Amino acid sequence: MRITPDRRRFLQGLGVLAATPWLPRATWAQGSASRRVIPSSGETIPAIGLGTWITFNVGDDRAAREECAAVMRAFFAGGGGMIDSSPMYGSSQAVVGDALAKLGPMPALFAADKVWISSGNAGPRQIEESRRYWAVPRFDLLQVHNLVSWQDHLKTLQAMKAAGELRYTGITTSEGRRHRDFEEVMRRETIDFIQVTYNPLDREVEERILPLAADRGIAVIVNRPFRQGALTRRLARQPLPGWAAEIGAASWAQALLKFTLAHPAVTVIIPATSRVAHVQENMAAANGPLPDATLRNRIAREVAALA
Amino acid sequence: MSEWWTYSLTDFLLFSPETYARLFLRYNEAVWPGQLPVLAAGLLVLILGWRRHPLLPRAALTLLAFGWAWTGWAFHLQRYASINWAAVWFGAAFFVQAALLARTALLTSASADGRRGVPFGLGMTLLAVALLYPLLALLTGRPLAYGEIVGLAPDPTVLATLGILLMTVPSLRGLLLVLPLAWCATSGATLWAMDAPQAFILPIAGLLTLLLLRRR
Repeated sequence: MRITPDRRRFLQGLGVLAATPWLPRATWAQGSASRRVIPSSGETIPAIGLGTWITFNVGDDRAAREECAAVMRAFFAGGGGMIDSSPMYGSSQAVVGDALAKLGPMPALFAADKVWISSGNAGPRQIEESRRYWAVPRFDLLQVHNLVSWQDHLKTLQAMKAAGELRYTGITTSEGRRHRDFEEVMRRETIDFIQVTYNPLDREVEERILPLAADRGIAVIVNRPFRQGALTRRLARQPLPGWAAEIGAASWAQALLKFTLAHPAVTVIIPATSRVAHVQENMAAANGPLPDATLRNRIAREVAALA
Repeated sequence: MSEWWTYSLTDFLLFSPETYARLFLRYNEAVWPGQLPVLAAGLLVLILGWRRHPLLPRAALTLLAFGWAWTGWAFHLQRYASINWAAVWFGAAFFVQAALLARTALLTSASADGRRGVPFGLGMTLLAVALLYPLLALLTGRPLAYGEIVGLAPDPTVLATLGILLMTVPSLRGLLLVLPLAWCATSGATLWAMDAPQAFILPIAGLLTLLLLRRR
């Protein structure tokens, strides 16, 4: 994600903070993303997670892997917990595992991955391969990626959970795909998490999916809060509206995250980034006030008009 | 894949433009100074073409066979596959094309096209563009070290192949065109999804080649 003028202003602000001796320099290092409850267990989890789609798929590029490790270091320092990946994401799982090895034990880590293979029988093998990439004893959450062979994979995940090899199960979709099937699985099966796309422009989940999740006690992970950076890039040309100050948003990225976080059904947002400054900016969005329903509608209208 | 019509090209892009560009930077660093003899060989083929030398078909097809095989192994399998699982299949396709080119160069006759028509001219142009292809890095704001070299990287190798297939009349030319044209579409789509300014080069070269050869 390139630095936009809006983000640049934010980063310059960070520089001013760092250069001001009477302000605590550990503002970011000791910050904590506000926590949300996982309905099925009552466990709390930081509301800002870290996605790895595209940004962590850097192959064996050592310099880029160092940057990813730095992003994860900043993420945990800022109070982050959930990192989400998938076998679909190229080398992302291996890069996460490499960074975890560099950082050492991270008790806050909430390891979320997916199973993504058409054969139900091949699911366990893929899950084990993913676990080895991460080098974790077990995953906290495994999700059926984009509902691929979900009947078979969900059985596998539920058996793993029953055997104590997994803490939570879930299903994912993105960009509004297969919402009817998604709802059906949410109604019929016992799952702990769903993962969907949600932002001021992609609001379809507000109608049925999010209310159903709240009703069924299912935690909600939000992917693509910036539409893979396209939204922040478009908005970067626009000045930040006056309401941003009311909710403590210093950038468009923070305003978008606060919009999503303010929905009561949302548990975790997983913005992906390859820049330390951006992860710090994202983590800070969980602090401070969130927009109420009226302001959320206004944000959605204005973002739709500007983007 | 269900609801396939809801997917766009960018949904299939697994990596960032920066990661893709750095792939070439690190590749160039790893094979340096191998670029120099490879470019010299490419220049030699261009000179043979300019002089319509009888050695052109066999020399060019042999060099291309090496280029496809090397690119399949060193680029697709050794490097690109680390960020794109489909690159394993690309590597296999490049080996197939290398075998086809080698077979044509060694076992069957191929002659330089005797007519100095538009196809020959376009062939020479594509070959020249393939040799100059690394300069595109400069146009996209990156140093020359990010440049893609003919014989080592897929896009300029495919351009050079189209050029040679326009300049010569090998047996099974139709068959030899299948994989290069498929790569024109694949690479064009990848670069387009990354908003790369050079995204149109391979698709246009492929279309022109197809049109000119179909007219004959």
